[in-house]
Amino acid sequence: MKWRNTRSRWGIVSVGLHWLMALAVIGLFAVGLYMVDLGYMDPLRNVLPDWHRSIGLLLGAALVLRLLWRFVSPPPAPVPEHTRMEHLSAHAVHWLMYGLMLAMVVSGYLISSADGREVAVFDWFSVPALTGNVQGMEDLAGDWHRWLGWTLVILAGLHGLAALKHHFWDRDDTLRRMLCMKLRQSRSPDRQ
Amino acid sequence: MNRTTMTRSFLASAVTVAMFGAGQALAADPSGTYEFDREGQHQFIQFRISHLGFSTLYGRFNDFDGSFEYDADNPEDSSVQVTVDTSSVDSNHSERDKHLREEDFLYVSEYPEATFESTSVEMEGEDTATVTGDLTLRGVTREIDLEMELINHGEDPWGNYRMGLEGTTTLTLENYGIDYDLGPQAEEVTLMLSVEGIRQ
Repeated sequence: MKWRNTRSRWGIVSVGLHWLMALAVIGLFAVGLYMVDLGYMDPLRNVLPDWHRSIGLLLGAALVLRLLWRFVSPPPAPVPEHTRMEHLSAHAVHWLMYGLMLAMVVSGYLISSADGREVAVFDWFSVPALTGNVQGMEDLAGDWHRWLGWTLVILAGLHGLAALKHHFWDRDDTLRRMLCMKLRQSRSPDRQ
Repeated sequence: MNRTTMTRSFLASAVTVAMFGAGQALAADPSGTYEFDREGQHQFIQFRISHLGFSTLYGRFNDFDGSFEYDADNPEDSSVQVTVDTSSVDSNHSERDKHLREEDFLYVSEYPEATFESTSVEMEGEDTATVTGDLTLRGVTREIDLEMELINHGEDPWGNYRMGLEGTTTLTLENYGIDYDLGPQAEEVTLMLSVEGIRQ
């Protein structure tokens, strides 16, 4: 298993970032939905939003790393069994998800920094507000954060289902190469 | 002092006397319709509520408008009306403000305005009164009493006639459909209105 991506499979850096970010997105979504309905007296009332903000901003950092890494170490070639249509739609969904993750990080940050307050990442460091105090920005950013969040999770769900379909139905290497599993023999290497 | 300067100086004094005289004449009868000084932002609606009994939280509504009628001869015929944009709530904390605008509290998407319309004025002292009226907040209309004080009135330095009022009242949140549990110390909120009106 190599650090870098090769022509036929993902390297450790890409695989690690992928699964870490998948975990973060699903966790942030679940915690986000849950925490906004917590009662004022709930013991988790303050700690869950603290984690949500912190992990959200770290996800943003991971996204930057991941996009940079795409240039440093380009993705493997498409799985040979994929049709052109499959390849293009997968590509579109990947970039849509990158965009949505970025928009989620930015809109979340804008909710918390709308009063000019910095946003803390655990007690490690804080990201200062860039906008100063903007009246009502938290509401607009909040609406975007909610709907983009749903969009991202639904898209990620489709992305996951597609991976399972490739794994169990098409029996190709799509999921295997993202799991660092031994690749099946490419059954028809000359097929597009 | 030469002649010209003397003349000017005399004229200036005459003008000053005339202005003051006029001012006093007006001050004798402050009756009239006053619009809140929204443009100059000499108007505040603040609220305060206990935070778990530890301290007092202050917030305000940034956007509202109103007017009052003042009848000097018969102050109990005076009246006041206020319209508040509830989405302008500001407690200097964006996440809290966002929550305050949601259904748990002000529900501003459904009830973007709160209004107060006085129905009667009862003088308590020379400059204090109980102003009774209908407060509509979060779709609920209830009669409340504002304890009001007329702070001062008179000419301002820029040619307008101003009157300053302060009023306070205390509301029970649950009466307005706000039953979010903030603890037993925070079931009531005090509203403080501090405004200057400019006579029209």
